[in-house]
Amino acid sequence: MKALLARIGVVRAVVFFGVLIVIPLVTGQIGWVTNTLIFTIMYAALASSWNLVGGYAGYPSLGHAAFFGLGAYSIAIIFNGSVYGGYLPFVVLPLVAIGAALISLPIGWVAMRTRADVFAIVTITVLFIAQTLAFNFNTVTGGAQGKSVAPAPFDVSTYNWPFYYVMLALLAVAMGISLYFRKTKIGLSLATVRADEEKAHGVGVRVTAVKLIAFAVSCGLVAMVGGVWAYYVGFVYPQFAVDPLITIGMVLMTFLGGRGTLWGPVLGAFILVPAQEFFAFTFGASELYLFAYAAVFLVIMLFLPRGILPSISDRLRKKRAAANGILRDASDAASAVSAQPAAHQTGVTR
Amino acid sequence: MHALIQAIILGILTGGVYALMASGQTLIFGIMKVVNLAQGAFVVLAAYLTYTLFVQFGVDPFASVLITTPLMFLVGMGLQWALLRPLHSDDVAQLSLLVTFALELGVEGILSFTYSTTLTNIQPSYANFSWTVFGFQVSLVRFFAFVLSLVVLAVLYLVLKRTKFGRAVRATVQNPMSAQLLGVNAQRVSALGFGLGAATAASAGSVFGMLNAFNPGSHYDLISRLLTVVVLGGLGSIGGSVVAALVMGVASSVVSAEASPIWSDFTFFIVLLLVLLLRPRGLFGARTRGAL
Repeated sequence: MKALLARIGVVRAVVFFGVLIVIPLVTGQIGWVTNTLIFTIMYAALASSWNLVGGYAGYPSLGHAAFFGLGAYSIAIIFNGSVYGGYLPFVVLPLVAIGAALISLPIGWVAMRTRADVFAIVTITVLFIAQTLAFNFNTVTGGAQGKSVAPAPFDVSTYNWPFYYVMLALLAVAMGISLYFRKTKIGLSLATVRADEEKAHGVGVRVTAVKLIAFAVSCGLVAMVGGVWAYYVGFVYPQFAVDPLITIGMVLMTFLGGRGTLWGPVLGAFILVPAQEFFAFTFGASELYLFAYAAVFLVIMLFLPRGILPSISDRLRKKRAAANGILRDASDAASAVSAQPAAHQTGVTR
Repeated sequence: MHALIQAIILGILTGGVYALMASGQTLIFGIMKVVNLAQGAFVVLAAYLTYTLFVQFGVDPFASVLITTPLMFLVGMGLQWALLRPLHSDDVAQLSLLVTFALELGVEGILSFTYSTTLTNIQPSYANFSWTVFGFQVSLVRFFAFVLSLVVLAVLYLVLKRTKFGRAVRATVQNPMSAQLLGVNAQRVSALGFGLGAATAASAGSVFGMLNAFNPGSHYDLISRLLTVVVLGGLGSIGGSVVAALVMGVASSVVSAEASPIWSDFTFFIVLLLVLLLRPRGLFGARTRGAL
């Protein structure tokens, strides 16, 4: 049974990435398809990274956009004059990630001394600090004028492809790390942190270490995505690179798909980003999109607080139990499980 | 020296208004254990209401407090009823926090749609009037804003200390479970408490519009300051938030005068980080209550 489930997982992943790899080859010249997909995959990668901290560890960081901006500015500053053949910005991405992860460590260490609400406060403050710095640290960031990346010397007909495939690779890395977390002790430790940190500490889980690992890895991934984004759009302005909406995007998509699941953030991104592009296309870029975004967010919080995937797997499990004629036991078990959110969130939903 | 004292006076007067906004936010946290990220947006919303009342109907900004405050009280109660009460999940705290974040963005979206994103300011005829006391400038608007804040805070204090509702609120803040066992209607206290929080934001917002130029995005600025104030004061402690607001008002105003206005923003962030490192429960925070 377990082997079967694992095989289904592999097949799902192969089909998913296989289709995404083939799409640009098929659609070819139609620019908007790859363009929309690049942003969709970008948010899928961002949400998957956020999920490491916000989903598995249960620390709702609102400051991840600061690290997105950090990555974006790093690439923009290094490659302001020339991109040296076009592929070097992609090659230095791991260095950007390491740099961002190192910077995130002290921040995480301070922020993760606090829990839930106050953690959110601290991280949102980090976002504001980053924004203030980006606007005012003129000599480095160029202030409100922003920074530009030298244009990439790619062939016009396949200009989007390198960005597309690098984004896709980043998504694969983020999901791979996510999977690795689930399979190893780190994920288990994070689950205990999420459920009851004091008790976890009491039984000898190295809570600070695993929290910081998750935070640093997550921030490093986000910074890499930010770097590719900066190279792709070509201009880095403080209000777009360090944007609360990017944070909200990650949180929203993870919540919609299902926190603490492997595919949830990806599903969330593949629903919301195309929808968003569609709204922007029909309503134009008026301020109403902000309101629409907030409205979608509220609807998800109120009606699907646990996300699509956990809700579906819940329903499936109930149906299967009913088919086995043990409905009564199952509902007992379900209520017992919902009384213990940790077991529920970590064990069952794949 | 003269500049320093002038900055301190300015800081105290500004701090009073922050105290008003922060007291509402900390009250909401005390009752519901929710950090209301929308508090800054409520302030900006009230500032725009005041602006409209002033420009369209010629209502004096100070008088419009009498309109905006009850109105925002009702809006706050409505929002609590519609968006926060229905949340039933494993982690209500996290969801509520994100709901208020969404609320904040939604308010910004509506405001930028209705009023556009250019900076505005409420300019009554007496906007630039000021007294000279012992050689120091005290602007009339700032002075009366401070007085208004004191009055509203006094009313809030009396409501909490002298009424049955106030007793229910204090009981809920201290121990929600026992309060409920003693017959306090938690739902009602939450709704009224959220309304009160929004109402303080409204009365502060009316004067905020005269003291600062603002646009729909101003709430980011405000909320980062308010969060520093409530964390410094100890989440849930109204007295603490008043003291913290005055301290931060003076600190940022002195830094702004002696160094540069950019660094005054950083004063808040640095204080916040120091508080979290050295004394995470704030100046007057209770030990285990709430999130820390």
